[in-house]
Amino acid sequence: MSTQNTRPAANSKSSQARRRFLKEMAGAAGGACMLALGVGLYGKEASARPAGAIRPPGALPEQDFLAACVRCGLCVRDCPFDTLRLSELGDNVATGTPFFEGRKVPCEMCDDIPCVKACPTGALDRELTDIGKARMGLAVLIDQETCLNFLGLRCDVCYRVCPVIDKAITLELVHNPRSDRHAMLLPTVHSEHCTGCGKCEHSCVLPEAAIKVLPHKLAQGKSAEHYRKGWVEREAAGGSLIGEQQQLPMRGLEDRKYGDTRVAPGYVPPSEAPVKPGGIDSGWKP
Amino acid sequence: MSSASHTQSAVPPAAAESTPRASVMTRPGADAVKVKGWLRAHKWLLLRRLSQLGILTLFMLGPWFGLWIVKGNLSSSLTLGVLPLTDPYLLLQSVAAGQVPYKEALLGGGIVAAVYLLLGGRLFCSWVCPVNMVTDAAAWLRRRLGIKGGKVPSEYTRYWLLGFTVLASALTGSIAWEWVNPVSMLHRGLIFGFGLSWGIVLGVFLYDLLIASRGWCGHVCPVGAFYGVLNSAALIRVTADRRSRCDDCMDCFAVCPEPQVIRPALKAVAQDHPLILDKDCTSCGRCIDVCGKDVFRLTTRFDRSES
Repeated sequence: MSTQNTRPAANSKSSQARRRFLKEMAGAAGGACMLALGVGLYGKEASARPAGAIRPPGALPEQDFLAACVRCGLCVRDCPFDTLRLSELGDNVATGTPFFEGRKVPCEMCDDIPCVKACPTGALDRELTDIGKARMGLAVLIDQETCLNFLGLRCDVCYRVCPVIDKAITLELVHNPRSDRHAMLLPTVHSEHCTGCGKCEHSCVLPEAAIKVLPHKLAQGKSAEHYRKGWVEREAAGGSLIGEQQQLPMRGLEDRKYGDTRVAPGYVPPSEAPVKPGGIDSGWKP
Repeated sequence: MSSASHTQSAVPPAAAESTPRASVMTRPGADAVKVKGWLRAHKWLLLRRLSQLGILTLFMLGPWFGLWIVKGNLSSSLTLGVLPLTDPYLLLQSVAAGQVPYKEALLGGGIVAAVYLLLGGRLFCSWVCPVNMVTDAAAWLRRRLGIKGGKVPSEYTRYWLLGFTVLASALTGSIAWEWVNPVSMLHRGLIFGFGLSWGIVLGVFLYDLLIASRGWCGHVCPVGAFYGVLNSAALIRVTADRRSRCDDCMDCFAVCPEPQVIRPALKAVAQDHPLILDKDCTSCGRCIDVCGKDVFRLTTRFDRSES
C-alpha cells in the first residue's frame, strides 16, 4: 500500500523537477541564443570600416583579419613610430583591432616590419617580408579641383614624400589648357607600386587632403576576366590575331603613317582659323 | 546567535527571517571582524585585490613608465620578450571562424589552458579578471542598499552562451564574443584607452546592481563558463572541514558569488566529504574571510579530511 501511495507521488515530484529543469534549460538556451544572435548580427553590422582607417602592413583581408586578430595590441606596442593604435568603441573600427589614419600618423615602412613580427596569431601575415610589397591601401588623387598641381602650380609635395617616388607616384606632364602655354605636372599613382603608407595624404598641404589612401575595394575597379586588350595580345602574339586590318585614310592626314595624328608646325585648327568674310555674317562692324 | 544553540541544526534557516538576520545579510562578515579582527576577516579579499591589481600593474608599467615587463593585454601578451600567453577561449573562437593561429598563439593558449586546468580555471575569475572588481562592487552595494528582486537568468545561460559564441564565430567568420566582451574591453580600455567601452563596463555594473544579483559573473559571462570548464579538475579547492562548528549564520551564502556550491560540502548534501568540488566555485576565499567560526580553508582537491 505504501508503495502504491508513494510511487505516484515520487513520480509526480520527479516529473515536476524534470519539468522545472527542462524549463530552466530552455530559458537559458533561448536567452543565450538570443544574445549570441544579437552579438553575431552586431558583429556583421560593425565589421564595416571607415575608409580612412587603414590596417597595418600584412593584414589579412578584412573578413579573415576579424577571425584571426585577438586584439592584444602587440603590433601597436612594437610600432616604433606610434602609428598604429587599437580602435576604441566609438572609432567605428571593430573594437580593439589595430589601424592607423594616414592623415594623422602615416606608416614609416620599417624595413624589418616589427608589427608583423609581433603578431602572435597571423592576423598580420609573416609572408610579408619586403615592406615594399605591403598593400595597406591605395593612394588616390581624389580631388582634382583643389589639387595645386591640377591647378597648374608646382606643389609636388605628395610626389616628393613618397617612399616609392617615381614608381608609386609619378608626375605626368600634360598641356595646361587654361593658360594654353604652360605644362601641368599631374601626380599620378600607380597601383602596382603604392603600399598605402599614407605619407602623401599626411603631407598634402591643403586643409583637407586632395590625395587620400583608400582601401583597395574602394579605390580600384576590376576588369572582367574575359576582357582582352588588343594591343597587348598583338604584342604577345607578334602580330594581329585576326589578320591585318584595312586602314582607311583620314581626311587631312593622307600623307601620314597610320596612327600618326601629330599636328604639323603651322597647322591651324579650323575652329581657330580666321573667319573669312562672306556668307550670312559678313563680319562688318560699324 | 550563540554557536551552541545552532551547531546541531542540519538545515540552514531561511534567510532574513528576523531583523538581526537581515542585517547580517547586508553586512556579511560582521561577526568575523569581531572575532578575528578586520585584517584577518579580509585576508583573502585583500590578497585577491593585490593579485588583480598586481597583474594589472604589470601590464600598466609599460605604458605608464616605459618598463616593458608585460606587453599586450589579457587576450594575448608577451612577458619579458619570451613568454607568450593567449586566451584559449579566443583561440577557440578564432579556429571556429576558420583561422589557424601561429604557433606563438597556440603555445600561449596551451600554457594558459594547462595552468588553469591544473590549478583551477575559475581562479581567473576571482584572482585575475578585472571585471571581478566591478561585479564585487555591485554586489557589495546591492547588499548595502538592500536591493532585492530583479530577474536572474539561469546559471546555465553562460554555458549555452559559451557554445553559441563558438557557433556564432563559425557562422560569422569573426571572433564573435570580442564584439562585446566586457572582460577584454575593461582590461584593454585601462591599458590602451577606453573610448566608449566604459559604457559596457557600466552596463555590467548596473546589471549586477539593479537587475540580477551576481548576474554577470555567475550566470551570463561565457569567459567565466569557459574557465569553469577548465575548473573541473581544479587542484586548489575550498574545504568546509570544520563544518561541525557552523552556526548557520548564512554569511558565507550571502557573500559567495556562486552560493549553490557551498551546500553540498557544508551541509553534506549528496556528498559525504567537506570539499567544495563544484566547478562553479572560483576559490575566491570570501567564505573563509566572512566565517567567524573558521569553518572554511583553502586546500587541495585530494584533502578530504574533516576536523
